[in-house]
Amino acid sequence: MTVGVVGTRRGRRSESRENAGRFFQQFWVYVVCVVLGAITIVPLLYVVLGGFRNTGQIAAHPVAWPHPWITHNYTSIATSGAFWRQIGNSAIIAAIATAVIVTLGSCAAYALSRYDFRGRELLYTVFTLGLLLPLTVAVLPLYIELRQFHILDSPLGVALPEAAFGLPVTVIILRPFMRAIPSDLEDAAAIDGCSKIAFFWRILVPLSRPALTTVSVLAVVTSWNAFLLPLIVLNNANEWTLPLGVASYQGEYAQDTAAILAYTALSMVPALLFFLAAERKIVGGLSGAIKG
Amino acid sequence: MTEGTPTTTIGRRRLRPIVVSTQRRKWLELSLFVLPALVFYLAFVLYPLVQAVHYSLFNWSGLGPITDFVGFGNYHDAFTDPDFTGAIKHNFILVGLSLVVQFPIVLSVALLLDRPFRGRRFARLVFFAPYVLSEAITAVIWLLILQPDGLVDRTFQSVGLGGAVQLWLADLNVVLFTMFVVITWKYIGFGIILFLAGLQGIPQELNEAAAIDGAGALQKIRFITLPLLGPTIRIWGFLAIIGSLQLFDLVWIITQGGPAERSNTMATYMFSNGFVRYEFGYGCAVAVILFAISFVCALVYQRFVMRRDTRGALTRMAA
Repeated sequence: MTVGVVGTRRGRRSESRENAGRFFQQFWVYVVCVVLGAITIVPLLYVVLGGFRNTGQIAAHPVAWPHPWITHNYTSIATSGAFWRQIGNSAIIAAIATAVIVTLGSCAAYALSRYDFRGRELLYTVFTLGLLLPLTVAVLPLYIELRQFHILDSPLGVALPEAAFGLPVTVIILRPFMRAIPSDLEDAAAIDGCSKIAFFWRILVPLSRPALTTVSVLAVVTSWNAFLLPLIVLNNANEWTLPLGVASYQGEYAQDTAAILAYTALSMVPALLFFLAAERKIVGGLSGAIKG
Repeated sequence: MTEGTPTTTIGRRRLRPIVVSTQRRKWLELSLFVLPALVFYLAFVLYPLVQAVHYSLFNWSGLGPITDFVGFGNYHDAFTDPDFTGAIKHNFILVGLSLVVQFPIVLSVALLLDRPFRGRRFARLVFFAPYVLSEAITAVIWLLILQPDGLVDRTFQSVGLGGAVQLWLADLNVVLFTMFVVITWKYIGFGIILFLAGLQGIPQELNEAAAIDGAGALQKIRFITLPLLGPTIRIWGFLAIIGSLQLFDLVWIITQGGPAERSNTMATYMFSNGFVRYEFGYGCAVAVILFAISFVCALVYQRFVMRRDTRGALTRMAA
């Protein structure tokens, strides 16, 4: 008697029961997806659609389809200098912070992963300690310090601390990655007369590109969405970043609900576009970092 | 030219290649790689922490000279201020809610979705989207839809739950839980994706072997899935705890810690009582307390919960 695949040992009746069970599960999968999806999307949809109405309509009928489609809110914001200036500021700060994080972080991770020296683990611990040190705690003394360096109200005043606080995560992600690169590669390079510095620059960095991309994406997202640090550092409205702009717009135009909805909707666009483009990296990077 | 003395050919001077000893060279290279990051880190992360402790011992407005030494006076004032102790309580309520409420939801949804189905990639995109949006945007969105007779109220009414409608933001007893719902909306997708990734690391063969041995679904979950998902769960828990303790952006924009300080977190309290009121010394004391609490929680968590996952730097340090 041949032992078949599990399933043929049972009778025909339980096979159809199995199929019914599977259908049942699939059904629930779709139900859960739809419900969760709706809960996630409906608020976002509400914001986008609400921007196409005016405040009077919203007050009278809070939940309704735009009719007619009023584009005034969106166009006036999209043509306002403030909105684009805030996007520009956010972009500059994110770029500087990411550049600094990736450069300094990869150098530090290289040293911590491929050199053997006394105090190496201690140094690594010092960096990981930063994970427990929230920006929130340091924000008040940072304000004083940035004031002393005269970089308040400037992109550097936001980008540099963001970079410093992003170093722990970066080092933690990069170190195991760099460690995993076989030392034979290094030995072969040394035989060919390659110094350790050149090895870093010419071989290790290109090989680490996936991890570096992950780290960059994390840095960009964290910087783009930062609120407390820019709130404290940037007093000049011209220097504001997008999250600050959204929050203050809501405060300033509290009566004009439609305008706020339009502003918020437009503010979501950069983040969502970036997310669509880099989704694999963000999700994969986070899960990979957590596992590794 | 004298014979017998080892020389190279150019005159009597021995040409010695300039060799920095390899040890020296190693330290030079190390410094090049490590020092910039370390200096940066010390300057913007560790130094402010030290300064926070320093400022916290003074009564100082942030302007002018620091002269008014009050020792632990600020700390005493903080712990005797019911608004602050209330804020601490709120933070821990949020921690508890995250672990007790979010965890079962995240786990069950991840388990359910851990199978191939059409539209899976799209679902992943949708669930993860709130995580990418800034807390500021999330806060403004929910501030608007939680208004009386707004989207949330209307949705409740449309499914027949009109009686359950509350004053989500104005009711003193409800507002903190409203904040929790917003936090959950933002971060639950992240948890689901994370757990899904962890589930994918569990080899199929284990479940199949268990099925052959007659294990039911629940037994499979209890003896295979949960233990193997352990590291992911524990990391998620860590992030949830630390995130709940440090919460600022969402709460500040929606409620500013109100009404009547009933949705205050330690961070919003620090901001409103330290920065806004120009009481830097006091604010720094609050910050130090916040740090101490986070640190202790993290240490305890690493020591007792994560011990078997990572012989992490912190556990070694604490041991």
